[in-house]
Amino acid sequence: MSDEINVDKVMDLKGMPCPMPIVKVSKGIKDVEVGQVIQAISTDPGSLTDFPAWARTSGNEILKTEQTEEEFVFYIKRTA
Amino acid sequence: MENIEKQMADLKSQVEALDKKTPGSKLSMVVFSGDLDKALAAFIIATGAVAMGLEAVMFFTFWGTSILRSKKKKVSGKDLMSKMFGFMLPKGASKVKLSQMNMGGMGTAMMKSLMKKKNVASLDEMINMASELGVKIYVCEMSMDLMGFKREEMIDYPGLEFCGVAKFLEEANGSKIQMFI
Repeated sequence: MSDEINVDKVMDLKGMPCPMPIVKVSKGIKDVEVGQVIQAISTDPGSLTDFPAWARTSGNEILKTEQTEEEFVFYIKRTA
Repeated sequence: MENIEKQMADLKSQVEALDKKTPGSKLSMVVFSGDLDKALAAFIIATGAVAMGLEAVMFFTFWGTSILRSKKKKVSGKDLMSKMFGFMLPKGASKVKLSQMNMGGMGTAMMKSLMKKKNVASLDEMINMASELGVKIYVCEMSMDLMGFKREEMIDYPGLEFCGVAKFLEEANGSKIQMFI
């Protein structure tokens, strides 16, 4: 059951509080082509609700979310 | 055949009229308060909106106009009342105070150092980010006049314009989200 996701760009958003993670990601996603994937790493617990909300509104897709004790890793596919 | 063409044209004009009436993916916000905490919230929401793919328009009125004063620019030729107001009101984003727990400036200073420690962007930084993201800013002409502020003492913000209530209402009418802060 290893569904490897090909990451095209990694964004380190560690230590950034609201609203920086989504502001950065909204800029960063424009650097990849439609269909490509960004891996965003955040330490802001608010990201857990904010990233899906951002993705739904901006029309992008979160493929997978990983959560460790301190970090939240989102795999976001540019679809818009 | 002619009938169908006419119907099509009618439908087209109806759709266009509806399109004009449908609120766009836009956020219109009145920034009435001149407090640090409220101004920060306003800018966080506005920049967040652009990140979400919305358009964001901010209208600064009454106490809010102080936030946009430049701390460097000096203007001359003000009357006594305007000078007094200019002296009493905060000169720009770095001078505005908390709405609560200001405690003669101590509370605000503590909050600012706490924000720095926790990596929270300052109001000046938020204004810069808003300009980078293309948040549109309007300033209420009547408030400026009341407070005795001149256009030349406002910050250099790209596309900053001065307006009245009609401009806000036009924007708000075409926005899905409207706010008063």
